[in-house]
Amino acid sequence: MTTSASGARVYLDHAATTALRPVALEAFTASARTLGNQSSLHQSGRGAKLRVETARDALAATLGAHPSEVVFTSGGTESDNLALKGLYWARRDRARAAGAPECHRIVLTGLEHHAVLDAATWLETHEGARLDFVPVHADGRVDLDAWRAALARDPETIAVSTLMWANNEIGTIQPIAEVAALAAEHGVPFHTDAVQAFGAVPLDFQASGATTMAVTGHKIGAPVGVGALLVRRDAALTPVLHGGGQERDIRSGTIPAALIEAFAAAATEAHAHLPAERERIGGLRNRLIDGIRELVPEARLTGAEDLDPLTGERLPAGTRRLPGNVHFVFPGCEGDSILFGLDMVGVEASTGSACSAGVPRPSHVLLALGTEEELARCVQRFSLGHTSGPADVEQVLSVLPDVHASALRAGLSGHDSRIKTANSQR
Amino acid sequence: MKVLAAMSGGVDSAVAAARAVDAGHEVVGVHLALSRMPGTLRTGSRGCCTIEDSRDAWRACEKLGIPFYTWDFSERFKEDVVDDFVAEYAAGRTPNPCMRCNERIKFAALLEKALALGFDAVCTGHYATVLRNGSGSLELHRAADWAKDQSYVLGVLTAEQLEHSMFPLAETPSKDLVRAEAAERGLSVAAKPDSHDICFIPDGDTRGWLNERIEMTEGDILDTEGNRLGSHPGAQAFTVGQRKGLSIGRPAPDGRPRFVLEVRPKDNTVVVGSKEMLAVDRVTGIRPSWAGAPLAEEATGEWFDCHLQVRAHGDPVPARARVERPGRADAAPQAHDAGTWVIELFEPLAGVAPGQTAVLYQGTRVLGQSTIDAAFNAARVA
Repeated sequence: MTTSASGARVYLDHAATTALRPVALEAFTASARTLGNQSSLHQSGRGAKLRVETARDALAATLGAHPSEVVFTSGGTESDNLALKGLYWARRDRARAAGAPECHRIVLTGLEHHAVLDAATWLETHEGARLDFVPVHADGRVDLDAWRAALARDPETIAVSTLMWANNEIGTIQPIAEVAALAAEHGVPFHTDAVQAFGAVPLDFQASGATTMAVTGHKIGAPVGVGALLVRRDAALTPVLHGGGQERDIRSGTIPAALIEAFAAAATEAHAHLPAERERIGGLRNRLIDGIRELVPEARLTGAEDLDPLTGERLPAGTRRLPGNVHFVFPGCEGDSILFGLDMVGVEASTGSACSAGVPRPSHVLLALGTEEELARCVQRFSLGHTSGPADVEQVLSVLPDVHASALRAGLSGHDSRIKTANSQR
Repeated sequence: MKVLAAMSGGVDSAVAAARAVDAGHEVVGVHLALSRMPGTLRTGSRGCCTIEDSRDAWRACEKLGIPFYTWDFSERFKEDVVDDFVAEYAAGRTPNPCMRCNERIKFAALLEKALALGFDAVCTGHYATVLRNGSGSLELHRAADWAKDQSYVLGVLTAEQLEHSMFPLAETPSKDLVRAEAAERGLSVAAKPDSHDICFIPDGDTRGWLNERIEMTEGDILDTEGNRLGSHPGAQAFTVGQRKGLSIGRPAPDGRPRFVLEVRPKDNTVVVGSKEMLAVDRVTGIRPSWAGAPLAEEATGEWFDCHLQVRAHGDPVPARARVERPGRADAAPQAHDAGTWVIELFEPLAGVAPGQTAVLYQGTRVLGQSTIDAAFNAARVA
């Protein structure tokens, strides 16, 4: 009951985590067998250091960054926290020391990943930050006029601005270069969470104009537990972790050489395959979107489409929407009913967000788009990745009609049920 | 059958699910998130839908090799159980939230969702028996182990609900055997303490919890003659049968303890009297339902002998009951008029409060239930 007719499970949750790349596993095991702390001054230490620095060079090359701009972390959440808190504290404290007006605003949108949103909220409740939410369009793209206006208003009071490169739930890609340029115009630091964009669309850190950029390994086929924050050399960042002073004194902690080498190996392969994969995965995505629309006409695609807003012509995959992201609202079907139905027939998808007890919550991203709460529960995300193929898409499309029909029958029984009970007439 | 096992994270539901698997059913475990803050950790020894409970339920499912999901029924639970609980107390009544949860959540909202998703039944760890009688209709009976019997809180289930219910622990002679079985099966919840109190009141302090949610104002304590004996901080803070917490200055003329006989939120008064006055010999119940097919007397309105039970672990009292449909003689009978139950007790029963559920039994069989709206004491009426 838990596998498809062919016996294999269809994994369409690559945005959660993707399959480990064999090159990453090889790099990890080879490195993990080698003794040495890269901070030690003897031969083993120098050996470890060389391997880490070679990996740093390789990773930087895939991201359009200088190797010294790469600060290794444990992953996306740490990178986002370090960027938000580090930039906030540094700029706030500098303004205070100079006797300048209080620099405590954070400019952001409601679509940000929790790693950014919750770090900002923590700064609001504990460090006196004021959150300045910029509205987004219905497709999730930031309202550039509103962004411009927010930054133009007393920019000396803005500690940090942030916008994710591409959204993890709905796949919308933001006009990062324009947004970063507006921040730079006012001398405001700009952080972007590029966790979902990395490996899916070309990234060029230096050309983007961002001050900091978060990426993580396990979304591109490296093991979980390693990521990086790209930090411009002129950026001032107060550390979150204090200790041995590794990583430019920005992020203390013993360097996990094996994870870093695996990360670089995965990044190098993903980067090399990116142009072809972007087109291939984008094609699968379009087939899946078209198929769902055909089978369930009332389903609504969420987020931006790779279409020219003026002519309606199809744009290359990854122009406005992540090539691997398919996200629909299925009116009248709770997300967990669809997820259940799919899981039962061997298709693995996602409802977007769940609390720590595993309860699906109405997506904050959809709520930020102005979707009513009832519909924000009715979502399903299918995310494709490097191991996805046409058979996966066809399998989803073959099981979806039945799964959708029963989810629709189950309706929103969490809210109302038709079973007549002793006290239903009250 | 395709069976949805409702998994609380406790030992009973885990063993029930295991037995359903053993019986050859296709079982899926589902933990219900009922709290409005499902991400919260357990405080103290109690708590519902906490991270630990959800995790315990999941670990049990992994052990059994069955899929596991957590479904959110917190909104329905709040509306149908928590809000109702507060409203009932505010109206001076004493509700049973577990019963309400069975009626409206587990065997309504959850069951409906399960049926829609292709399941045939909902399985729980309740101790009660469902059997099919000679004429083919379902009956609900007490569990083999009367000490653990939970048929009372299931007495509210209708034939439609029973049709899709499965209680694999029914015939287990004792809870200890269930724990032993859990240990034998390698279920980590084998030694987990039982939950006794109301799941949404984490520290077990029902009064304190209610006091935060119901506005209380000081009012009078009266005797049955209407004489003012003292004051109270708020009528809703009292339950029928309560003895403690009555600050009455003067002792009763006979020097004997006084008990709450009646809570009247409308004029914010509490009526007290002797233990004898607490004894009830007749109750009326509204919104009745039958657990399976009704008795023939349902239609005729004749008296039938039965036993009355008014709380989950109370002793059944011999009684007779009849269905009353006032005004039916001159008006056209209404198709769905379930009537009112009039129940006469052959032995007086103390501490019967409006809002409690009157469950009627014949032997081990649960006939059905109604909500007590009035309780009478011969001494007071006379």
